[in-house]
Amino acid sequence: MSGALTVPALPAGAPRRRPGARWADEAYRRGLGALALLVFVVVALIVYEIARGAGPSIRAFGWHFLVGTEWDPVADRYGALPYVFGTAVSSGLAMLLALPLGLGTAIYLAELAPHRVDQAVSFVVELLASIPSIVYGIWGLFVLAPLLRTLVEPWLIQHFGFLPLFQGFPFGIGMLNAGIVLAIMVVPTIASLSREILLATPPSLREAALALGATRAEAIAVAVDAARPGILGAVILALGRAVGETMAVTMVIGNSNRISASLLAPGSTMASVIANEFTEATGALYLSALVEIALVLFALTLVMNAFARLLVLWATGGRSDAAGAA
Amino acid sequence: MKPEIRIRTHDFDLFYGAHHALKSVSLEVPANSVTAIIGPSGCGKSTLLRSFNRMNDLIPGVRVRGRVELSGLDVYAPGTDVVELRRHVGMVFQRANPFPKSIFENVAYGLRLLGVNRRAELEARVETSLRRAALWEEVRDRLGRSALALSGGQQQRLCIARALAVEPEVVLMDEPASALDPTATARVEELVLELKSRYTIVVVTHNMQQAARISDTTAFMMVGELVEVGETRSLFTRPRQKLTEDYITGRFG
Repeated sequence: MSGALTVPALPAGAPRRRPGARWADEAYRRGLGALALLVFVVVALIVYEIARGAGPSIRAFGWHFLVGTEWDPVADRYGALPYVFGTAVSSGLAMLLALPLGLGTAIYLAELAPHRVDQAVSFVVELLASIPSIVYGIWGLFVLAPLLRTLVEPWLIQHFGFLPLFQGFPFGIGMLNAGIVLAIMVVPTIASLSREILLATPPSLREAALALGATRAEAIAVAVDAARPGILGAVILALGRAVGETMAVTMVIGNSNRISASLLAPGSTMASVIANEFTEATGALYLSALVEIALVLFALTLVMNAFARLLVLWATGGRSDAAGAA
Repeated sequence: MKPEIRIRTHDFDLFYGAHHALKSVSLEVPANSVTAIIGPSGCGKSTLLRSFNRMNDLIPGVRVRGRVELSGLDVYAPGTDVVELRRHVGMVFQRANPFPKSIFENVAYGLRLLGVNRRAELEARVETSLRRAALWEEVRDRLGRSALALSGGQQQRLCIARALAVEPEVVLMDEPASALDPTATARVEELVLELKSRYTIVVVTHNMQQAARISDTTAFMMVGELVEVGETRSLFTRPRQKLTEDYITGRFG
């Protein structure tokens, strides 16, 4: 048979589509498209507003803003180094503590745990990620701080007090507390993403290693090695979260603007100083300096997140939903 | 003179949970020759192959009964060191599975597991293995490059080189050419013929022509049972079993 298909004519009384129906689809598509586009508009507006607000501070201090250590609202002179330092130290400490815990959990779940244990623990790990940060803050303040003050920090001072890292007075709140709270907050990110990345590496790699006489641990090492770029992505994503975390850190870090070598000393991060001082920033330049910190924080986390997500997507061959959800 | 037997199974049964995958298989694999295992999909030929180096242990719920001997060693005895066993049995898989490392490090991997770390020794043994796998001339000037950049056929020969590097007695190949194009398949087949003077080779294949071309002994399996085993030429020309005849003449499978 050849030729075009013929459409049989509808019988006389058959229901017909309204003439406008075909345009409804088009309008629906465009309407939703516009809503999706709105996301880009919102991001662009945020960048524009922050950059505009930071303008006076940028003009007044230039690059010196990032290296200056003076933060003096009375004299209207602002340098953000103590906060950059605080963010770096608290996040760095968090990563140092969270990496072994998160990666160890991921390896256990992906490679060794029985299916039911994997399901149960993965569920709890994801749950951990959904706890509001204020709850972590309260825990840090009322549970962790007394524990650090009465037990951990005196012990550290007694045994490792010769290191500048552990000198000073055991306040309970400070860099150490912030680092521990942040570590617990980012473990789910590292653990669940790394688990997924390990599950995405081909089982044939482990088989090849085992067939060559590798032990279970050696075969797993091959898989972890293959997953390294993705795991690095997970770690950077977690770092991005730690860098930007505000509420919990503000509650437990002690809010001092001094740079101290000691982890026991109180400090501040970029996020925490904004939260603390925004409501009382009366001068125009004071407000602008805080907004400039926000700009730096925004740029930093944006770059880290973009880079990390690309790594994770690449490592999981685009299969990971978590790269978008974390 | 009767040839030396490298692998011997005796009344060997294997169960995946309730599924009886291998039924009382008794097979002898002569040393320094190529033995092909053929049969329709799901007949248990890969399972049997993976029983020789206990790769089935990885699957939860596997039980075995009966004996497998490799050079006289009781493979499933409680005291057998599986890691040690696998060092004597090389394995090549259906899909080339090089590690995401350099060509050199792929071949050196098994040696490093054995504690070989001297650069000169590694280099010598990597070269020997790559030569035996007929890959040396193609990769000698790019050993540091990623193995994943090689073609599919080269990757499979690299996997063979990797298996040979630790000097196994036996090389097990699980449909080693099924994912390759005809040219690459021909190269792998030539290689198998070259290797049999040194190693005992067992090849699982669903390709009967391939079995006829490369093997000395052929074993035919169906639904978990070893139907017939014999010298390849006679099995293909004068099969003793009706089932074998039906299969090789293409009446099913």
